[in-house]
Amino acid sequence: MLSYLLVISTFTAIYALLALGLNLMWGMAGMVNLGILGYYALGGYVSALITVHLGYPIAVGMIAGTLAAAAFGAASCIGIVKLRDDYLAIVTLGFAEIMRVASENEISITNGTDGIGQIPRPAFFGTETVFNISYLGFCILAVVVVLLGMELIRTAPLGRVLRAIREDATVARTAGKDILRFQVLALTLGGGLMGFAGCLYVHYITYLSPEIFQPQLLIYVFFALILGGRGNNWGALVGTVLVMILVEGTRFVAQAVPGLTAVQVGALRALIIGVGLVVVMQWKPQGLFPEKKRSYRQPQSSGEMQSANNVVGESAQPYS
Amino acid sequence: MNQIAQLAANGLMAGALLALSALGFNIIFAVLRISNFSIAAIITVGGYVGFIVNTMLGLPILVSVVVAFLAAGFVGVVSDHIALKPLRRYGPISVAIASLGVNMILENIVRFGFGNDMRSLDVPAQRDWLIAGLRIGPQQFYNFIVATVVMILLFGLLRFTRIGKAMRAVADNPSLADIKGINPTHVAQLAVFLGAGLAGMTGILLSLDTAVDPTMGMRMILSVFAGAVLGGLGSIPGAVAGGLLIGLAEEMSLLFMPVAYRSAIGFLVIVIALLFFPRGIFGDRTS
Repeated sequence: MLSYLLVISTFTAIYALLALGLNLMWGMAGMVNLGILGYYALGGYVSALITVHLGYPIAVGMIAGTLAAAAFGAASCIGIVKLRDDYLAIVTLGFAEIMRVASENEISITNGTDGIGQIPRPAFFGTETVFNISYLGFCILAVVVVLLGMELIRTAPLGRVLRAIREDATVARTAGKDILRFQVLALTLGGGLMGFAGCLYVHYITYLSPEIFQPQLLIYVFFALILGGRGNNWGALVGTVLVMILVEGTRFVAQAVPGLTAVQVGALRALIIGVGLVVVMQWKPQGLFPEKKRSYRQPQSSGEMQSANNVVGESAQPYS
Repeated sequence: MNQIAQLAANGLMAGALLALSALGFNIIFAVLRISNFSIAAIITVGGYVGFIVNTMLGLPILVSVVVAFLAAGFVGVVSDHIALKPLRRYGPISVAIASLGVNMILENIVRFGFGNDMRSLDVPAQRDWLIAGLRIGPQQFYNFIVATVVMILLFGLLRFTRIGKAMRAVADNPSLADIKGINPTHVAQLAVFLGAGLAGMTGILLSLDTAVDPTMGMRMILSVFAGAVLGGLGSIPGAVAGGLLIGLAEEMSLLFMPVAYRSAIGFLVIVIALLFFPRGIFGDRTS
């Protein structure tokens, strides 16, 4: 039971990094990205290949994996920043699909569906439990550092610009902001963060196959951010914890139903989680901890100015 | 040369099915301005309804196709009404993400009931026809014909009937249509019914040619989206052109790319196309 809890907690920390990365791209900068598993997998693959085939230390692999995913984040802006919401959602979904197909078929690099095994773990001395605790500690440390970094971005002028772009890119551009540069920055940082999460994942479970692109994970991460409150870093963290409790809770619920096959148990779990996502979106469309409205004092001026919308951080259409 | 003609024939036949689903996706988008990703699972539902009606109940194929259309349309309307409609006021991306959840729910209801095994429908195995040096699968050919007929009927419906005109009016300008006394709720329901029904019909036609399994919709859906996006979201003729073009491009890619990358071709095509036409080649009536 202890090791089960440790493993689940570690996964929670890794998924929290994904949710934080998504919060930067979508929550703050307003670019819905359904291709997040592409960055995650790319980071994992790069780190796995560098440590397994080239024999470099894990730290080198993780740095390279993170940088590769960040570079991919920057590159992905070429195809996507000009696209409107629905086009963006579909195209990013396709990005991840192309990467999944590539990971299955570029066997000379990825070893195809057989996957890459024997990925090294960091050497924390001692038993399996000591390793699990140490690794969990490392992941939690990473989450804390990233959370603080994201809070810095959110409160800094950079965060304000990102929100301005999210609310109305034209107005932000009129105010003299180089929209593209900030969008690239959000995709690069977010992509790198997700790649880093992928590195943490592969060096923990020591095996990597195209199954890393499991569609449920995409749903979990969006569910976590929506539940916690889009735009809110703390919300992303709390949302991830709650979603993981739900995901693992369904394991016990589904197993408690007698006479189900393994496939039916899996289907029932996914069904409950899907229902959970829809229920949460209807019940708390802004999440449990909505992004705080940041109101600024009305400028003291003529009546026309009074009607100007000077609330930043609140959207007329949440999640739009 | 013969190989190219063969690939073109295959591409048109596969593209007709993509066009059918892309049309369903775009009808919903045109009227509601939302991307309904649960179309993937609706394709699967259509396939399984076909399996139940045709193989388990032993009814003829034509009956199965009609029942699959109606049942998928019904599932689409019910799931939209319960899960997605209350979210529309929060914006299109909320609905799109919730529809991913609906997709997961529907796919897993099917999986819960039928397991992960592939099942084939009760169709006799037929030898390919050889026409002018081209190998044509009879079932694929029938599917092409059925898809074409259905698309023509749909154009007729939209062009000439009162309800079709109402749908186009709502697609063009919802508030103006409302003023003229068109009930937007009914039109929306009809759009979802038709859209989901077309996806379900795609599912049964596809499974007549191949087999059913719970992920059949997901495997196909990216090409469907590619067709819908290429044609322009919400565009009816665009969906047909986009679906056919993606079908052709996927088959033609076999000339210079390994078969495994066929499903990626759709995306390469739309990423390149969107660089030049950010709203699809047939534009977007919502702009």
